[in-house]
Amino acid sequence: MTTWQPVLLANVNRPNSEKITTYLAHGGYEALRKTLKMSPDQVIAEVKASGLRGRGGAGFPTGAKWGFIPKDAPVKYLAVNTDEGEPGTFKDRLIVERDPHAILEGVIIASYAVGAHRAFVYIRGEFFLGVKRWIKAIADAYQYGFLGKNILESGFDLDVSLHRGAGAYICGEETAMIESLEGKRGEPRLKPPYPAQAGIWGQPTVVQNCETLVNIPHIIGRGAAWFASIGTEQSRGPKIFCVSGHVNRPGNYELPLGTPLREIIYEHAGGVRMGRSVKAVIPGGASTPFLTADKLDVPMAFETLAAAGSALGTGAVVVMDETTDMVEVARRVMSFYVHESCGRCVPCRLGGHNMLHELDIIASGQGKRANLARLEALTRGIPGITFCPLGTGMCEPVASGLKLFRSEFEERVS
Amino acid sequence: MHAEPKVKPSGAALIDPAKEAMLLAALYIAQEQRGYLTPEVIDRVAARLGLTAGQVFSTASFYTLFRTKPVGRYVIQVCSGVSCYLVDGAEKVSDYIGAKLGIRPGETTADGRFTLETVQCLASCGTAPALRVNDQLYENLTPAGIDAILDRLLGEV
Ligand SMILES: Cc1cc2nc3c(=O)[nH]c(=O)nc-3n(C[C@H](O)[C@H](O)[C@H](O)COP(=O)(O)O)c2cc1C
Ligand code: FES
Repeated sequence: MTTWQPVLLANVNRPNSEKITTYLAHGGYEALRKTLKMSPDQVIAEVKASGLRGRGGAGFPTGAKWGFIPKDAPVKYLAVNTDEGEPGTFKDRLIVERDPHAILEGVIIASYAVGAHRAFVYIRGEFFLGVKRWIKAIADAYQYGFLGKNILESGFDLDVSLHRGAGAYICGEETAMIESLEGKRGEPRLKPPYPAQAGIWGQPTVVQNCETLVNIPHIIGRGAAWFASIGTEQSRGPKIFCVSGHVNRPGNYELPLGTPLREIIYEHAGGVRMGRSVKAVIPGGASTPFLTADKLDVPMAFETLAAAGSALGTGAVVVMDETTDMVEVARRVMSFYVHESCGRCVPCRLGGHNMLHELDIIASGQGKRANLARLEALTRGIPGITFCPLGTGMCEPVASGLKLFRSEFEERVS
Repeated sequence: MHAEPKVKPSGAALIDPAKEAMLLAALYIAQEQRGYLTPEVIDRVAARLGLTAGQVFSTASFYTLFRTKPVGRYVIQVCSGVSCYLVDGAEKVSDYIGAKLGIRPGETTADGRFTLETVQCLASCGTAPALRVNDQLYENLTPAGIDAILDRLLGEV
């Protein structure tokens, strides 16, 4: 079993973990002091060398993203993505509620690196406690001189403000989030231009997931070489795996990337309930394709999960035992995406409704082979032609369900 | 090629982007007054921020946390997500509560005390099944736990 001393979640179980005094008592804001003695380019170089990739789902190299921000742009922004809503995912909520300063220190370092003097925290509207914790953390950071003018006498200025979403999963998509920050409907923008070129109010903007930002102080504090020594070739560093479903000990487990899925399920999460066997696993949140039990030895890393036919996504591992009704799981995941489609593009809006309609009929036992055929045709036709990745992502679980558990679908239709 | 103007003309008025960015926050404040957004409140928000009522309504209607109809004093939102479903949550929980209160999801009790809703993943999948009552989250639900929540709320009203 991998022994790993948590770094990202080191604080979350301490008493009063959310307080700035607790954070400071355990080395908090030391990396910021170190950062402010480095040049912004040195900070970017360090993050590039670490190999850190985004933890919000897409896995984009973080240092490279910072490098895209034009140096000469007069105004630049940072946006913090606390919109966590991908079913199965519950790591960002934990960090915001229990250790907001760990994110905030990353925010300040990232802003310094790209030359942003204004950062916007976008938080999911339903995270009531998270909203309070963010507000308190920001206020305390101002008090201690980690925010505001001339931070720690460095000459660097940064203001941070909090913005509450209002119940729309799509606002986790970075351009929809920017629209929402601007006070609009959260409909995604066409990319390019990417936020790094034209984001909030048309200015270059770095959008970063909470967990990604929590890595930053450790990369600066302990060095890129330390970080790069953890994980696999293309997936460096520690990762929080959110394990839920039919396991004995669901929860957040921080482990090095590359830890085998089997180990996460059986050793960390206590195995499958009632000694049953695994039928399927969603390895990276609801939009990632299912894995079957023969794939349990896959290392949980970007490249290995892609090779196994799925994706690391958010690292949200949903475990389903042998009793699970896969048609119902597929239907439920689809109903999530149909509910959350912003409605802007037809393939996602109507295609999603039609897929859910077919799934409803099939799940009810009233379906015919034609329903199955229509469902399958839609899952093949929609990916790639939607305005944003949501519409493509909604097809993945159903398509993989049809591929891997075909007989369960066929048994339901006549 | 002309650069996109930073301030887009809309109708007769010019929109101030900084004011427009306050719209969601303004809608939260407005909603607190009656528990939902009345047409009058939407007009007031629009006037204060220099937007049209249509724009305000359009944005408000996009977000599920903004309501344009009255709801009960306690809004019970049961997670219907996949992880909750797997551990006997979701419909099992909403059916149980619905039977106790005599309402179905989407409905409000006749006395206006409770509204029952099913919602998407609450990011409590590791402590599923989960539900929320107003701004309070309840996790690791059991029938006895649900009874205790309902009894307490019934006592409070
Ligand atoms: C439909 C959709 C929903 C998303 N939701 C989130 C989210 O809730 N949180 C998040 O950090 N990223 C989310 N993303 C990814 C963001 O667009 C973006 O890639 C990410 O915030 C970048 O940060 P990172 O590089 O640190 O991961 C979502 C993407 C899509 C397409
Ligand atoms: S599925 Fe219910 S909280 Fe995530």
